[in-house]
Amino acid sequence: MTEIILEAERVTLRFGGLVANADVSLAVRRGEILGLIGPNGAGKSTLFNLISGTYRPTSGRILLEGQDITGLPAPERCRRGIARTFQVPRSFDSMNVVENVIVGGFVRHPRAAEARAAALATLDVVGLAHRADAVAGELTPPEKRRLEVARALATEPRLLLLDEVLTGLTPSEAKAGVELIRRVAERGVTVIMVEHVMEVVMPLVDRAVVLHLGRVLAEGRPADVVRDEAVIAAYLGERRRAA
Amino acid sequence: MTSTTLPAPAAVPATASAARAFAAKRRRTLLVGLVVFAGMAALPYLVRDVYLQNVLILTVMYAALSQSWNILGGYCGQISLGHALYFGLGAYFTSVLFVTYGVVPWGGMLAGGLASAGVALLLGWPCFRLAGHYFSIATIVIAEIGLLLVHNWDFVGGAMGIQWPFNPDSWWTLQFARDKVPYFHFALGLFVAVWFVTYLIEDSRWGYWWRAVKDDAQAAESLGVEVFRSKMAAAAVSAFFTAIGGGFYAAYVSYIDPESVMSFRFSLLFALPAVLGGIGTLWGALVGAAILIPLTEISRSYLGGTGSGLDLILYGLLVMLVALARPEGVLSLFKRTRTARNQEAAP
Repeated sequence: MTEIILEAERVTLRFGGLVANADVSLAVRRGEILGLIGPNGAGKSTLFNLISGTYRPTSGRILLEGQDITGLPAPERCRRGIARTFQVPRSFDSMNVVENVIVGGFVRHPRAAEARAAALATLDVVGLAHRADAVAGELTPPEKRRLEVARALATEPRLLLLDEVLTGLTPSEAKAGVELIRRVAERGVTVIMVEHVMEVVMPLVDRAVVLHLGRVLAEGRPADVVRDEAVIAAYLGERRRAA
Repeated sequence: MTSTTLPAPAAVPATASAARAFAAKRRRTLLVGLVVFAGMAALPYLVRDVYLQNVLILTVMYAALSQSWNILGGYCGQISLGHALYFGLGAYFTSVLFVTYGVVPWGGMLAGGLASAGVALLLGWPCFRLAGHYFSIATIVIAEIGLLLVHNWDFVGGAMGIQWPFNPDSWWTLQFARDKVPYFHFALGLFVAVWFVTYLIEDSRWGYWWRAVKDDAQAAESLGVEVFRSKMAAAAVSAFFTAIGGGFYAAYVSYIDPESVMSFRFSLLFALPAVLGGIGTLWGALVGAAILIPLTEISRSYLGGTGSGLDLILYGLLVMLVALARPEGVLSLFKRTRTARNQEAAP
């Protein structure tokens, strides 16, 4: 069964004269890990902002499980099961780690004690339980990435948007990150991930969508996508030549 | 919790003990509060000098008002410099209802508190769409408009103000001419009430939402936080208690006019103790008020006639000192040593 959890229908977003996303159509299957790749400025983060509700599209629709969510504000989308992380970690730095996660926990648990219990359990899943009482601002960069994921997971999402959670990590940290994403997917969460580090993402994702200049350039199995002429020209070609 | 017969996963005892440790910490905070407040209640019996008692009353009153400001400014991060408006609303509601209609101040304070909360919501509707400095500037302007309106409104006494009638000492009318101690206990009661409400909010959904809004509103929204509603709720609670403080002040000084309850100076005096002591903390407002208010009062009484701007210079100096040496407030001095101690204790 390949049920569609999220669908973008000809989504376009213009900032004045700049078209950040043009006619992007996309269908995400329940349970898959979808890689969203493309060079800088391709519109990947913009698409995340459109799906999570930070921006509204100039035209086009976004459907979650068949329901139109295009006009819904971000908190409502979160309650409906969409969670995200940010490219640059945006922890709540006046709070400690577990309090950061509790904020997400309130989406499913209105009582503070339950939200705290859920947050502590989530920290355990992402491997940050030992840092629960640390001030968020004092975390190392890889720990901050884990906190971003923990906060998002605490909202108990059905669809998780990961914005470059593996970028800038050492190879061993990235490997641990990949394992974490696999664990999350095994819990039944559909994952869309934006990533630059091709060699890390390609084995992880079930399907890849390549964006270039705001448009969908290619889509398919990772192995096919990397062989696509247009993709190589737009993105991978330069990297290969450089390497 | 009770199913200890099953072999639980290794993680569960750790989370359970973390939850227990947090509950213990909350109880400790409450206990410290009880001890501190009991000690404070005894203070006016130790300090019999009437002038010093006045300083004590003002200190605790400003602590309560600053803690009320702290709910919106410290926890939710919306820096209002117009809280004199709510203070004035409380003072005027209480005075007009008492002097003109014979309603006891308790009723006037409650009415003023509710009216202020309503006004805060009304003003929040447009103002909370403004970010950062724009919001602060809007609050200053609105409070000044309020001051001008009251100035020119004869029904509430205009520039003449309202004089409270003299009555025998009574808790019913909150008038005490012989002995100031009951005023101290009322102010302390107000502080304890605001402190306790803050304590409860700290570990509630609003408390976490407010701090999330303060730190990063966009990230908060992505985690289901209703940012606008959070700000509105914080503003209403904050305005409610500020107005009750205003009603108390009117009863205490027995005479109010626009300048004496709504001038910009008050807005500063509500924000400064919390900023000085530690913004967004349970104890910051009290610590800040305990430093700032005695300094202000003493400098005013010794240098009073020579220049009324001197206390403002003092505030400026104190804020600069804190900004340079301890941006998180005086309380962070203690926090630092506690973390250090914990780190030493850990193997």
